[in-house]
Amino acid sequence: MTIQEWFDKRKEAQIERRAKEMKGIDPETPELWAKCVHCDSQILKSELEENLMVCPHCDYHFRINARTRINQLFDEGSFEEMFKNVLPTDALNFVDTESYAVRLQKAHEKTGLDEAVITGLAKIEGHKLAAAVMDFDFMGGSMGSVVGEKVTRIMEKALELKLPMLAITSSGGARMQESALSLMQMAKTSCAAGKLDEAGLLYINLLTEPTFGGITASFGTLGDIIIAEQGARIGFAGRRVIEQTIRQKLPADFQTAEYLLKFGQVDIVSKRKNLRKTIANILDMHGV
Amino acid sequence: MSTVLDFEKPIVEIQKKIDELKKMSEASGMDLDSQIENFERQAQDYKKELYSKLKPSQKLQIARHPERPKFLDYVELICDDFIELHGDREGMDDRAIIGGLAKIDGKPVMIIGIQKGKTTKENLEYNFGMPQPQGYRKALRLFKHANKFNLPIVTLIDTPGAYPGIKAEETGQGSAIAVNLMEMSKLNVPIVAIITGEGCSGGALGLAVADRVMMLEHAYYTVISPEGCASILWRDASKYADAAEALKITSKDLLELGIIDEEIPEPLGGAHTDYSAVSENIKSSVVKALKELAQYEPEELRNKRYEKFRAMGRFVE
Repeated sequence: MTIQEWFDKRKEAQIERRAKEMKGIDPETPELWAKCVHCDSQILKSELEENLMVCPHCDYHFRINARTRINQLFDEGSFEEMFKNVLPTDALNFVDTESYAVRLQKAHEKTGLDEAVITGLAKIEGHKLAAAVMDFDFMGGSMGSVVGEKVTRIMEKALELKLPMLAITSSGGARMQESALSLMQMAKTSCAAGKLDEAGLLYINLLTEPTFGGITASFGTLGDIIIAEQGARIGFAGRRVIEQTIRQKLPADFQTAEYLLKFGQVDIVSKRKNLRKTIANILDMHGV
Repeated sequence: MSTVLDFEKPIVEIQKKIDELKKMSEASGMDLDSQIENFERQAQDYKKELYSKLKPSQKLQIARHPERPKFLDYVELICDDFIELHGDREGMDDRAIIGGLAKIDGKPVMIIGIQKGKTTKENLEYNFGMPQPQGYRKALRLFKHANKFNLPIVTLIDTPGAYPGIKAEETGQGSAIAVNLMEMSKLNVPIVAIITGEGCSGGALGLAVADRVMMLEHAYYTVISPEGCASILWRDASKYADAAEALKITSKDLLELGIIDEEIPEPLGGAHTDYSAVSENIKSSVVKALKELAQYEPEELRNKRYEKFRAMGRFVE
């Protein structure tokens, strides 16, 4: 299959899926309903939200954005955002089929965010911590200079305040439009994680759908404890790249949180509803 | 030279003419010296012009040239008394990453590099220079050994990327690289990294968190291969030359961006035309860097290394 064919096929599948999603929904009130992409069942949006964006029928965990994650996971009103003033710039004047500057603007309009990570201080069941929460909706959660800088700054803040650090990742990897500058963010964030390690501060990774490439190969897997959310796909290379390289089909559950647990790559696989309790317990047992 | 790159063809043509003239002159006893000299000058001028204005996609071809010197060639030409140290102690000796003790300019170092082959058989042995997690863990073991015995570390990097395979994922390709990035930042000994050919993505960076990062003149260093980038952003892998341009992958670009500290010159025509000349250049840069770095106390060295990578990135506030 050529790349073009692959994209065409993917587009067709998307259109089909969308058509399927619309079926069976009450035509009077379509805005109130959502469809589970996994089991196809019809769910009231309010019910889905109340259930932390997890399908009440099949337990499928919908991918959620950074704001939703912050609201779900942290004590109500406890999150204080920091480093919001660090903003992206098109340093390389990168143009592919569209310029990076335009892509940034579009991502901003789509998400209301300035970048693919939100950083700040928060509490989980009263335990104070520093946190970085990635957002896949902003250019695939990719890490460029700003993501690297904000993650590094919040780690340095944890160091200064002697707080535990929680990084919640959701990203396709490094941001191509910043090329080597992006690559160096892997080094930068990993060096900062090294400082936390040397200072004996607890660092927890929460890997969520999806976490790949430059994130798993840097701060995303350097935590003392690695938690993966149920069903999340996590890996270094993408599935398609691996299939093309080895020319064989991969197991269906390849690169899922559960698969990685089996191979000893993560400490815990957790359902979304248990995350708060699990993280609070871990913090508690480390006396922080 | 058995592999001729398309842009090298005019040079090969002129060289052919020169050879013909020489033969003619020998056979007939005619004095063609001035003509030969003229052609030789032309060839040299053309070469200089060509190699000073190479496009990124042309440099890509030189960096991937099958006859480009590989890690073990450099070891032989740069080092004395190389003692290879094998294995990750967890069940594997990844041949894509080779390391060991050696002397450079009479001083012991730990030298570690990514090895590619020149023949299919060799490439299968070295997995085309695509390391597995076990290779990065072997490198880490050697980093720690160097740290324990106060030996400077030299790494030579030439990889199309870390290996994308089933076992690589199952055994933690991402985390193996991540751990190296973090642990390299903590080492007390000087580290010099040189991108000698392909410096592709995390697979290259996994050996490159160094006090001095250098690049050979026609090497490239990037977050993703131009082909990979083109297939994602342009949705067409054949647009790789445009991607190579946009990604700013050359030593000149990266020097300007502050990603690398030094460009090491290659002989005219590329490293594959003169192994000893390019090795000499690498050696003198390494020796000079190690001399400069020897003046720092371990803590100073670590702080400087942290600050170096800490400062990378472009954003507005």
